[in-house]
Amino acid sequence: MSRTQPPPSPPSSGSASASAELNVARIREEFPILASSTRGKPLVYLDNAATTQKPRQVLETLDHFYRLENANIHRGVYYLSSQATASYDRARARIAKFIGARFPEEVVFVRGATEAVNLVAHSFARPRLRPGDNIVVTHLEHHANFVPWQQVCHEKQAEFRVAPVTDAGDLDLGALDRLLDDRTRILALVHLSNALGTVNPAEKIIALAHAKGVPVLLDAAQSLPHLPVDVGALGCDFLVASGHKLYGPTGIGLLYGRLEHLDSMPPYQTGGDMIELVSIDQTTFQKSPARFEAGTPHIAGAVGLAAAVAFLEALGLEAVARREDALVSEAVARLEGIPGLTIVGRPERRAGAVSFVMDGIHPHDIGTILDSENVAIRAGHHCAQPLMRRLGLNATARASFSFYNTAEEVAALEAALRKARSLFH
Amino acid sequence: MSDLEDLYQEIILDHNRRPRNFGPLPEATHHAEGHNPLCGDHIKVLLRLEDDVVREVKFEGEGCAISKASASLMTTHLKGKKLGAVREAFRAINHLLTSQEDEIPELETLGDVAALQGVRRYPVRVKCASLAWHAADAALDGVVETTTE
Repeated sequence: MSRTQPPPSPPSSGSASASAELNVARIREEFPILASSTRGKPLVYLDNAATTQKPRQVLETLDHFYRLENANIHRGVYYLSSQATASYDRARARIAKFIGARFPEEVVFVRGATEAVNLVAHSFARPRLRPGDNIVVTHLEHHANFVPWQQVCHEKQAEFRVAPVTDAGDLDLGALDRLLDDRTRILALVHLSNALGTVNPAEKIIALAHAKGVPVLLDAAQSLPHLPVDVGALGCDFLVASGHKLYGPTGIGLLYGRLEHLDSMPPYQTGGDMIELVSIDQTTFQKSPARFEAGTPHIAGAVGLAAAVAFLEALGLEAVARREDALVSEAVARLEGIPGLTIVGRPERRAGAVSFVMDGIHPHDIGTILDSENVAIRAGHHCAQPLMRRLGLNATARASFSFYNTAEEVAALEAALRKARSLFH
Repeated sequence: MSDLEDLYQEIILDHNRRPRNFGPLPEATHHAEGHNPLCGDHIKVLLRLEDDVVREVKFEGEGCAISKASASLMTTHLKGKKLGAVREAFRAINHLLTSQEDEIPELETLGDVAALQGVRRYPVRVKCASLAWHAADAALDGVVETTTE
């Protein structure tokens, strides 16, 4: 059997210095899809909030795993199975360290942020909810961090409270604070809004909630790829994220939970690999994380996600955030110069995404016209219908950025939007 | 003509800018609201039938240029038609929007509606174009809510 080394590490900026700039030309070479063209036009991929592209390091790790390491975990007594188990456990430890968890056991592998929220709604909130209790979410939430809480509240006759946003797209912290009381069983909060790019002051809000004894779930699906995130510094009780928005594979995501919470929660699904003892009369369950990972997990996905995390760590999240902030500022400046275009949301702090509308052109038509220039953006409600309604909109167009995007691509976005305007006027 | 110009023909852009028969129809005998859950767009179609003839048809709601223009073109097309001809138009538009053949025999019978033929090169936009027609079809079947899914 081969003992080939895993793929090489990504191009770093050469030092751990926080001031080092990213070598974007070299970084782009690591993403094969970025070199592709359609109808003779190079891909300008500005839908990174929907999913990110995958670097060679992730692709090769997946390939390497399936070619040379594939076996089921926690089962075989043979070498290959023990190797696969070790790779899976290493992936968990690496990801736990990346988010600042105290123990690897605080990271549960799930399909994505959506499943992670559903797990917490089912196994943490549901058993605690009594009629008259409440759960607080915000108007900025993605449906994934909205609907599961709404549904469990309906089921348990609990009150579903939605903290308001300002016209600028910021949370109204005073109003949020007033919604939290001694019957609030959890606050579910987005860190970075996928629809508007708003960065919430998570640390401050979590402190507010904890002062009232309210545990907090932080939706980091958008923030983890863009900002340094440390669960210890944030103090959140739970954190959820999706691998595919973090340069990793689809179908893998993570739930972080404080160990004392996880070990007190009943399973979400039951089956193989999560039990201690099974008899005809009863079953006892393992501790976290095995308790929440019934069945064969997405082993290759976890290993691939760890490779993505290693890639990001080598770039440095501080450098990534600076690069993306510059791209977003450039995009805002260029978009502001287009007649009839209105940027939706003027949050105090923005990262990753810019949402906008244009007079007389529906976002879907913008999307189609941009596609004719091979500029990929998202048009629609961004799985945030309550927020859209609050802002008096049906849909917006959204450009969302990654460190691998370039100023030339921002210029291509502007040119394509000007083309849309001239076609419709 | 490029695919994009074929999609956004002048007649489509015109109906988007100045939709015909847009607004309420209090004396409607049939109505239905069509939703496209993919994008959140919704178009309500209202018809007044008399002796199995569409005397009046109007639409309301929000949508992209394709869905609005398609709804507007539909109202102009269906007005004055007998039920049988309306059902035939539904069949024809469905073929127009999904056919991958070069020759589309329905083009002649559809009049201005034929301007929607460019949509078939854009599979993700077919539901935009069919939204109003789905709603009208549902309305005549006595269904008041429908989706493109």
